[in-house]
Amino acid sequence: MIINHPLLGPRDASEFTYLGDASLIDRPDGTAENAADAFYDYAYLRDNPAGEHRELWYHEAGDRSWLVVTRNTLTHEISKVELARDVARTRGRSK
Amino acid sequence: MTQVNRLTGGQIDRDTTLKFYFDGRSFTAHPGDTLASALLANNVRLIGRSFKYHRPRGLLTAGSEEPNGMVELRAGARKEPNTRATTIEMYDGLIANSQNRWPSLRFDALAVNDLFSNFLSAGFYYKTFMWPAAFWEKLYEPIIRRAAGLGSLSMQADPDEYDKGFRHCDLLIIGAGPAGLMAALTAGRAGADVILADEDFTLGGRLNSETFSVGDHSAPDWTAQTVAELLAMPNVRLMPRTTVIGAFDHGIYGAVERTGDHLPSLPAGKPRQILWRIYTQKALLCAGATERPIAFENNDRPGIMTASALRTYANRFAVTASPRVAIFTSNDDGHRTADDLHAKGVKIAAVVDVREDAPLSYDYEVLKGAQVINTRGRLGLSFVEVALPDGSTRTLDCGALGVSGGWNPNVHLTCHQRGRPVWNEALAAFVPGENLPVGMSVAGSANGVMSTHGALRSGAEAAAAALDLTTQPDLPEAEDAPMALKPFWYVQGCKRAWVDQQNDVTVKDVKLSYQEGFRSVEHLKRYTTLGMATDQGKTSNITGLAIMAEVAGKSIPETGTTIFRPPYTPVPIGAFAGRMTGKDFHPTRLTPSHHWAKERGAVFVEAGNWLRAQWFPLPGETHWRDSVDREVRQTRASVGVCDCTTLGKIDVQGTDAAEFLNRVYANGFAKLAVGKTRYGLMLREDGMVMDDGTAARLAEDHFVVTTTTANAVSVYRHMEFVRQCLFPDMDVQLISTTDGWAQYAVAGPNSRKLLQKIVDPEFDISNEAFPFMACGKITVCGGLRARLFRISFSGELAFEIAVPSRYGDALMRRLMTEGKEFDVTPYGTEALSVMRIEKGHPVGNELNGTTTALNLGLGKMVSKKKDSVGSVLSEREALTAPDVLKLVGLKPVNPEEKITAGGHLMNIDGPVDATHDQGYVTSAAYSPNLNSHIGLGLLKRGDARMGEKMRLVSPLTELNVEVEIVSAHFVDPEGERLRA
Repeated sequence: MIINHPLLGPRDASEFTYLGDASLIDRPDGTAENAADAFYDYAYLRDNPAGEHRELWYHEAGDRSWLVVTRNTLTHEISKVELARDVARTRGRSK
Repeated sequence: MTQVNRLTGGQIDRDTTLKFYFDGRSFTAHPGDTLASALLANNVRLIGRSFKYHRPRGLLTAGSEEPNGMVELRAGARKEPNTRATTIEMYDGLIANSQNRWPSLRFDALAVNDLFSNFLSAGFYYKTFMWPAAFWEKLYEPIIRRAAGLGSLSMQADPDEYDKGFRHCDLLIIGAGPAGLMAALTAGRAGADVILADEDFTLGGRLNSETFSVGDHSAPDWTAQTVAELLAMPNVRLMPRTTVIGAFDHGIYGAVERTGDHLPSLPAGKPRQILWRIYTQKALLCAGATERPIAFENNDRPGIMTASALRTYANRFAVTASPRVAIFTSNDDGHRTADDLHAKGVKIAAVVDVREDAPLSYDYEVLKGAQVINTRGRLGLSFVEVALPDGSTRTLDCGALGVSGGWNPNVHLTCHQRGRPVWNEALAAFVPGENLPVGMSVAGSANGVMSTHGALRSGAEAAAAALDLTTQPDLPEAEDAPMALKPFWYVQGCKRAWVDQQNDVTVKDVKLSYQEGFRSVEHLKRYTTLGMATDQGKTSNITGLAIMAEVAGKSIPETGTTIFRPPYTPVPIGAFAGRMTGKDFHPTRLTPSHHWAKERGAVFVEAGNWLRAQWFPLPGETHWRDSVDREVRQTRASVGVCDCTTLGKIDVQGTDAAEFLNRVYANGFAKLAVGKTRYGLMLREDGMVMDDGTAARLAEDHFVVTTTTANAVSVYRHMEFVRQCLFPDMDVQLISTTDGWAQYAVAGPNSRKLLQKIVDPEFDISNEAFPFMACGKITVCGGLRARLFRISFSGELAFEIAVPSRYGDALMRRLMTEGKEFDVTPYGTEALSVMRIEKGHPVGNELNGTTTALNLGLGKMVSKKKDSVGSVLSEREALTAPDVLKLVGLKPVNPEEKITAGGHLMNIDGPVDATHDQGYVTSAAYSPNLNSHIGLGLLKRGDARMGEKMRLVSPLTELNVEVEIVSAHFVDPEGERLRA
């Protein structure tokens, strides 16, 4: 597998560690009213799509960037690689 | 005379004679031979015994598709079982032995299986060894294992080295036959970076096996000329003896290069094989095609081979399997073999062609519309019985029979990304389908282009298309005959006709499996084991499928096909391991003072990749406990030093550093003062404890965080996740400094006095100036920068001192010298562990991924005033129920009795079973301070059960000890010592 790192170009998968669904970026507010239910969904419920999947990869043996990789689970085709930090910002995360 | 079956010509070097040994007998051969061709030259047809029936077997093919001709190659620790004689390149002194026979190849006791073949049909394992169940493990399985199976392992470690490597190219060409060579010429002349890999030691593929001309040259001469031109191109890399074993994601190909298998002995330091990972945008599969046999009664006798194999042996290796040969064919290609053999002076007994309209020959008899219905010969073929169209039969006297049922394109690599081949009616074979691995194209007979000219043309065109080239080399003239064949799979009425010779699967087995309800091809495979041997059915899968289709009354494409997985041919485990064997399985990390510890005679233990000193034996100490007990006593009585460099250290800097730690730790960090250290508890988002450590605030915007040795990597990864994915706008930076600092715990009542001798005088480390949990940047030994933390894992007055790594060894030696007056001792991980158990500190045994802060008695640390990772889910009902496990101390009622980690706690009178389980022991040690074995455990409602007597049991070891539940803080529960 080769992941096309947005800063470093194509890198071998052996440099990366996999975490899971990119929805882990959308951490709920722990102080909100419904926090317990929201965290149950966040921690345990995942979609398991046959097709495009957005997932978190960590360039552990590289520059330590967390990346959001869009990978087709049927073909392993990688159609998009983004810095997770950029994705997090577009999803409204800040401090 | 030796080599009685040698012919003229061929690509062997007759000027050099090599000696080799088969089953202890010595023979001669020439460079250019394979073991198979050399055995045939010496008139050895019988090479092994079959898997199930122990039938005598010889060679079926001349290539890597060989199902039968398998031997144990080499001797001693280098012995390699199940090696195909057809791919073993001859060298002087080669040793090979037949396998799966006892007491000898010519007389094999288990050949009796053949008489009981009715009981050994498809699915016989499932049917025969069903009952009683208890017999399976003790009786059936050992018998089956002894009787079945093929070669045996040497049972010794492989003394040779294997390696791994990486290569990159613009175009990877797999297979160096006519298509591959022409493709390489096209791409090479255009300046592209090309890798041309072929499993054979001589490039050229079938061109080496044919007598026709290419351009103005013979096929082998054209090949040699082309290879010479490619060799001269700096942008083309030729890789003979290299099998491309798999097509993986995103243009990565696996390949095994046999760099040393053809050498009598390996040059020092050279690997036997190299596993290459080849990265390429474009790959061109030119893997050729494999001739398939026809199934007929007793078609497995030594001497019965594919017709193309006979042709290869004659033309390339100048060998015939017998002076008298017959051919059984369904197509024109079989006649070509007869022509070539006849031209070499081999007597053709007859060509048996199933077609009524078969071409005739002036040189030999052709029996049109005829079929081979049986064969005879105990250890090798001697007669062939032929049924003629008029109903009469004829017996042919011959020692070899070449069989040709057509050619199957080698589509294997096109399937490695789940591509499905499609049926081609004209060839009666599967060809690559649409869904190829990204970047792969196929040329030559692998793509169903069966003529030589077609292969040359398609190779050139495919290379040009892959690289967007506008020019192609001129194509040489070559044979361009169409494939003329009648699909013919097996002779009607045959029963013991072998489809898969290696796994002993017959036509009858395939039919039986269908009758018993196995309708899917995948089920057929698994029930009969068709195609599941080491050759993966290269000569048998399609035939098996065709028989099944016929029984089902369906067409072959309707019946379906199985697809292929990597590897293309078997790969030794050694090649996958490369150099990662033994001590080199993972890197070994040494702390800066490792060599000092070694000089002191330390015993080391592996902690992840690290080697840590476990204890430091002194002269006269005979048992490890002697050393450990002394180290504990000496530390608690005066002072000890322990290397804790292996703990993870993460530097956290930025204006948001404190707030960041507030989010990753369950307890609060925002208000930690500069110059102070705090114990930190890190949770996973599901509320379980992830890790613990300390965070020292060296400046307003600068912390140093420690992690456990085991979790250094995963905690760093987690903190980067929190930083980048959850709080992307926080001003905070992380860097691992684990390797940057050597760190030592100095513990015991005299620890301050010892440190005062090396800390530069301008730094006051008295209790008033540098109290418990203080931290700061200091200098030692006259100006060396250092960091000092007043933290304690042992429960004693203690410090941890860190210096830049390169000074670690010097600092340790200095502490030992300066500490002499205090009777200082170094202590290892065992003493460290004893003291932390005495103090009730949890480590990895307790932070085992299933424990919460509440379980560990640290529930109050989880701040409810803030939102930190894991805080919400740690409050879940089940995790906070009244009967959750709580950390407790354990003491045996009889102090002589041992506490055993992993043992379970049961009520003193209650039943001992899983439903009455009350908890378990996580850590155990002997405490030289309490003169008793002690332990830590997790017990339901443990904090409310102090003083209760319980039973510690382990049904596996028959452990049964009466213990008392006590506080986990065995030593100095009030913490007076560490504040002293």
